[in-house]
Amino acid sequence: MKVTIDGHEIEVEPGTTILQAARMIGGESVPPAMCYYSKLEDTGGKCRACLVEVSKGSEADPRPMPKLMASCKTGVMDGMEVKSISSDRVLEARKAVTEFLLINHPLDCPVCDQAGECDLQNLSFQHGISQKRFKEDKRTFEPENIGDNIQLHMNRCILCYRCVKVAEQLTDDRVHGVCGRGDHAQISTYISNAIDNEFSGNMIDVCPVGALTDKTFRFKSRVWFNKPYNAHRNCTKCSGKVTLWMFGEEIQRVTARKDEFHEVEEFICNQCRFDHKEPTDWVIEGPRKFEKFSVINQNNYTRKLDKVVIKTEEHILEGREQDRIKISMKNIPYTEHESKE
Amino acid sequence: MSTNTNTYSLSGRKKMVSNKKLSWSERIYLIAILKGMMITLRHLFKKKVTVSYPEKVRPFSPVYRGRHMLMRDDEGRERCTACGLCALSCPAEAITMKAAERKPNEIHLYREEKYAEIYEINMLRCIFCGLCEEACPKEAIYLTKSKQITRADVDRENFIYGKDKLVMPLEMALQNTKQNQA
Repeated sequence: MKVTIDGHEIEVEPGTTILQAARMIGGESVPPAMCYYSKLEDTGGKCRACLVEVSKGSEADPRPMPKLMASCKTGVMDGMEVKSISSDRVLEARKAVTEFLLINHPLDCPVCDQAGECDLQNLSFQHGISQKRFKEDKRTFEPENIGDNIQLHMNRCILCYRCVKVAEQLTDDRVHGVCGRGDHAQISTYISNAIDNEFSGNMIDVCPVGALTDKTFRFKSRVWFNKPYNAHRNCTKCSGKVTLWMFGEEIQRVTARKDEFHEVEEFICNQCRFDHKEPTDWVIEGPRKFEKFSVINQNNYTRKLDKVVIKTEEHILEGREQDRIKISMKNIPYTEHESKE
Repeated sequence: MSTNTNTYSLSGRKKMVSNKKLSWSERIYLIAILKGMMITLRHLFKKKVTVSYPEKVRPFSPVYRGRHMLMRDDEGRERCTACGLCALSCPAEAITMKAAERKPNEIHLYREEKYAEIYEINMLRCIFCGLCEEACPKEAIYLTKSKQITRADVDRENFIYGKDKLVMPLEMALQNTKQNQA
């Protein structure tokens, strides 16, 4: 089947959705997706961030579709022509959708641990407006404890249902879901249950916003101060392939590896994610690369920097013995940069 | 060409120096000294251009960037949430911080759920560019509010300014609130 997206032609299998075809082309014409997740079945169609304009239905029926279509749920037809970023209608719609998603979002990015790798942040940076028109109070929920490993911030949730699908498709018994309707809809465990399934940690990775975050990483550091490394270990439960977020020699967080669309490549188990925080547990493959303009790339170097050796008198460059003391952040142990000789 | 260079001046300020002998009255330098003394005396009665610092301090310009100040809000709570944007924007990498979670009994101390447990600025590294102030989303750090100069010192360790020196004094916050309410 031949489909044209923003003037790029591509040959795809029948049954492919427009979003998948656009991702095969890549580049700017990929619509943003907040709820669709290619690794999970039956996701998508909820956030409307991926709306595209179908300017020609198919070869057999060339009429354009009257309304914008959700590209994650619309299958391609032979000879279909789609406008994504090249259509003003689509950009206008994305702007409106972003505004809708942000209506109840608390915008506490300075506090949120997801800041820097948040899909909603990226979306509003690209398509959002800097002013809000919503004057009413935002919906708020009582904080709820859903277990030792996962922190739930219901205020930040955009109800994408990804975490529900993870629990349904990856774990044996789902104990959480969306309770309530409309404005009162909230992610919750049914009567204060704790989520302790072995693969429940993947909820953190699939969450597009900071509604589900890692409790072991809570407020430890900002995402961009850590250096991401690819690493693996022998795990009986999962593939063991992860990204380590290191600060000096300390592993601050373990996540699954995410691809260019911020989707997990392979789901990992809770043991890998929460329990193994020693560098000796892992075989570190090398630094992980990120998009050029990602804030995660800030201050990161893709190769390990060696200490420059200058042939001179021993310790002369380090000053006198009595001056060689850690003066900044005294309570925090030494890191790689200021290691003791 | 060579004869022209002696008389022609590009700047127009070239002076021909004469080798003429000084006269007797010129040679005793009495008039020259008196002329010089007159200039000195005239300056005695002019307004001084210096002040006797540190007893007297000149008024700061409103945009003077001096020592940083971590602000408090109207209720005296610290505004900083340790988001790390100041440290990220700092070109001299002078700022370091460690975040902590606010306990339920500390709500009157910190504005948000997260606060800076340690916040340090290395004043030896700081170039007072003000980018941290510009980056701050919470209006927490200002270089223009403290109206203080970072004092000189002989010990390196004293230049690591922690929260004890950076956070706005509580009395100042109270005064500001009173002013705002009045």
